[in-house]
Amino acid sequence: MAVTGAVLLVFVVTHMLANLKIFVGATALDGYGRWLHSLAEPALGHDGFVWIARVVLLLCVALHITAAVQLTRRAHRARPFRYRHRRPVLGGYAARTMRWGGVVIALFVVYHVLDMTVGVLNPNGIAGQDYRDITASFGRWYAAAFTMIAVLALGPHIRHGLCGALRSLGVPIGRGRRVVDAVAIGVAVTVTAGFLSVPLAVLTGMVR
Amino acid sequence: MRFTLRIWRQRDRDDTGAMVSYPVDHVSPDMSFLEMLDVLNEELVRRGEEPVAFDHDCREGICGACGMMINGMAHGPQRATTACQLSMRHFADGDTITVEPWRARPFGVIKDLVVDRSAFDRIIASGGYVSVPAGSAPDAHALPVSTSSAEASFEAAVCIGCGACVAACPNGSAMLFTAAKATHLGLLPQGQPERYVRAAEMVRTHDELGFGGCTSMGECTAVCPKSIPLDVISRLNRDLLHGQP
Repeated sequence: MAVTGAVLLVFVVTHMLANLKIFVGATALDGYGRWLHSLAEPALGHDGFVWIARVVLLLCVALHITAAVQLTRRAHRARPFRYRHRRPVLGGYAARTMRWGGVVIALFVVYHVLDMTVGVLNPNGIAGQDYRDITASFGRWYAAAFTMIAVLALGPHIRHGLCGALRSLGVPIGRGRRVVDAVAIGVAVTVTAGFLSVPLAVLTGMVR
Repeated sequence: MRFTLRIWRQRDRDDTGAMVSYPVDHVSPDMSFLEMLDVLNEELVRRGEEPVAFDHDCREGICGACGMMINGMAHGPQRATTACQLSMRHFADGDTITVEPWRARPFGVIKDLVVDRSAFDRIIASGGYVSVPAGSAPDAHALPVSTSSAEASFEAAVCIGCGACVAACPNGSAMLFTAAKATHLGLLPQGQPERYVRAAEMVRTHDELGFGGCTSMGECTAVCPKSIPLDVISRLNRDLLHGQP
């Protein structure tokens, strides 16, 4: 869970930073896309790097979800009788929404790949025209809304996941707990804000 | 003070059980929660009814025998306090208080509020010990222990094995208990030879018994009457990863 989560977090942060190129302009964004597809081309061939990344990410997603399902099933088996009176869980919003938040994120990723990568759900959907794909997609309010909901689910997921992953990997936090909490919140807020900025910019007409 | 108690009543292991309401009167604010239950039981016995069964022993908060969900909180609303040390002054006169047994598949209800916590003994038996050569007692200063190790070890060693961590955990996990027991031995020189085997064996037994997995919710440490920190789980995980081939 921790290791696959770490790989996915590195991807998510990179993805968010790359997205910000949209504010530089269409040439910058589409140029970045072309560069990514041609990365290590002499060794791996065109799209070689991208396909390796896709396979690794897909494997991480599959293992991440498998671990989550196993934990959920174990939890249900461990408490077959529910309490009649249960105080709300203290662990906070982030801890409580890991499972359903994860489901929202997974559903969004499926839609997002069909929209932006495969292009079948995109009104533009032409490979290489990343900028126009994005403006066309987020031009529809419901696509932008779904994206923003998923991004808002991702923030707390990262916040709790980062702390949990450190614990799983055996890092005693001790007195540094406040620092770790602050870093986790910082990463979560940065990623959320970065991802929110694109659909918001398209909706408000800043990017067209 | 006067209260209405909603208590889980269950005749034996096979009974389905149900919540039953009882009024209880003449409760002093200085009484402990268990003394309040004693008052109710005396009244029940006077009426010829079966008293409410609950575990208790020292009533000083150090033995780990007592434990029940009070208004959905393990050991009740007071932090770092066992049910026997919880005063009735923390409740308002006229309150309705719900009392339930610990709920987890490995903790079967024996009767009313009494649960079978022998699963904890299984976890201890699988690794919560140190092997020492028998013979005359060693010199007190033969094994140096640093202050920081002693402090961290003691922080975990205060676990009284009450089971509140399991009862409160949304996953029904006993990781705080298991980690506390593994950590307090693993941080001392006497615990080194078996350190990594201990972590692996205790976690394996924990999982086999049907406890859930830890997802870092932090409910356990919030209700722990001894305030054992979540860091013991990090230490257990480190030993677990270190011991893997």
